[in-house]
Amino acid sequence: MTNLEKYNQAFIENFEVTEDQLPGLKYQDVEAWDSVGHMGLIASLEEAFDIMMDTDDIIDFGSYEIGKQILAKDAYGVVVE
Amino acid sequence: MNRIWDLSAFADRTALLDEASESMTYGQLQAEGDELAKAVGGRCLAFILCRNSIGSVLGYTAFLNHGIVPVMVNSHLEETLLVNLLEAYAPEYLWLPADQAAQFPGMEKTYEARGYILLKTGFAKRYLLYEDLALLITTSGSTGSPKLVRQSYENILDNARSIAAYLRLDETERPITTLPMNYVYGLSIINSHFLVGATVLLTEKGLMQKEFWQFFREAGATSFGGVPYTYEMLFKLRFFRMDLPSLRTVTQAGGKITPELHEKFAAWAADTGRNFVVMYGAAEATSRMGYLPPEKAVEKKGSMGIPIPGGTFELLDAEGNRITEPHTTGELVYTGKNVTLGYAESGEDLIRGDERRGRLETGDMAQFDEDGYYYIVGRKKRFLKIYGNRVNLDEIDRMVKAEFQIEMASAGKDDHLYLFVTNEKTAESVREFVIGKTKLNPAAFKAVVLDEIPKNDAGKTLYSELTKYYE
Repeated sequence: MTNLEKYNQAFIENFEVTEDQLPGLKYQDVEAWDSVGHMGLIASLEEAFDIMMDTDDIIDFGSYEIGKQILAKDAYGVVVE
Repeated sequence: MNRIWDLSAFADRTALLDEASESMTYGQLQAEGDELAKAVGGRCLAFILCRNSIGSVLGYTAFLNHGIVPVMVNSHLEETLLVNLLEAYAPEYLWLPADQAAQFPGMEKTYEARGYILLKTGFAKRYLLYEDLALLITTSGSTGSPKLVRQSYENILDNARSIAAYLRLDETERPITTLPMNYVYGLSIINSHFLVGATVLLTEKGLMQKEFWQFFREAGATSFGGVPYTYEMLFKLRFFRMDLPSLRTVTQAGGKITPELHEKFAAWAADTGRNFVVMYGAAEATSRMGYLPPEKAVEKKGSMGIPIPGGTFELLDAEGNRITEPHTTGELVYTGKNVTLGYAESGEDLIRGDERRGRLETGDMAQFDEDGYYYIVGRKKRFLKIYGNRVNLDEIDRMVKAEFQIEMASAGKDDHLYLFVTNEKTAESVREFVIGKTKLNPAAFKAVVLDEIPKNDAGKTLYSELTKYYE
């Protein structure tokens, strides 16, 4: 699986959305992306990419697009494209 | 005439501050509350569509202090559930966020303040209200049953005083909201802090949002409450490494925290000079019944503590005899002035008086140790706590069977509800139906397809045979 596929899969499984809903998707846009869903998403991404995210990055992770920027940081080095 | 809080005693102090920096003093809360109560015109039933916002709290304090009986519901309550509740209770008014006005096109707006509006419902029916009835609130489950807990003025005042005493609250406290105010635990934080003139910090943002922590730091929050899942999230957020100099106290209720997390947060509190307070309660007891004094948090890991000031616990065995030996399981019975009047299932029940007489059989199975500290070990009834919300499994079964006309059974453990069905094709729709009814995060719900639902000869579901699928 490519990084993009893994990344998308984490959203699709945790929030029960389809791939076409992902661009522009933000925290609380869908009911499942609440605080519980957010924790699940972070856990899935940490597992998929074998990383440990910092507190600030977890709470900054407010949308599908911002998440890509956060994972691309040097600390994680995960390029999703 | 204020029935609960003497707001003018703290007139110049700030009562409320929200994340947009809007604030309200106690004096304003009193004066604007008087105006709102005048607009309502007298004792009657009024729904509050709650948010953690200034307008919502203004309506709540005004109604309680002036003898107007609020029904506390979440502003995001699913529309059909709300309509069912409205029809069952026929309130005279709704107090709701102005941005939700379009949901009620036929109703007349008669007043407006702080982002909230007052709508006259026009229900022809009026139910009589028992004289001591103060407010109505759900039992935390949100499966849409119209069952509400009836709380009296004495219940609310007594419980708030007790909480303020055992948490040693004073006017320097600044609790930040992490729970909705239509949830008794969240409401109890407001109730107790308004007795001492503290400042409540209001936000609709959650722990997983940057804005929450920005507001927390800027406004100097001193405490917050959380359900067990909150503590799991805080742990994953690496909360122990966060720099929060203003924080003094964190409280936990809404279900039993795991002993592992209890230990971690107790150790953090001991190391950093904070208080970690595990508590126990229920909507039927207004809010709180027990608390673990913070100085015992490490030593009594896994315990929910001792009765709150003014309350007593006892354990009864299967024959109804009082248990005197430590480490013996029995049903926990609580006695205190905060035990509520009883339930209401519709407007006709609002005239009913005190049916519990200060005594509550909690339905929780517990033990005490040699020092008199209590430990919850199980439940008598079939319900789960999902993210702090009580979900009645028998009610889930009834709703699903009525909707789908199928054989099924629900079971599980806290934060994990399993739906056992026999048909692959309906499994996912059953799951989605339950998610929609409870409005809880889908992560808590799993559908499992079995060849048949295990039953005894009499046709009763054998729930014990289902445990192997989730334990």
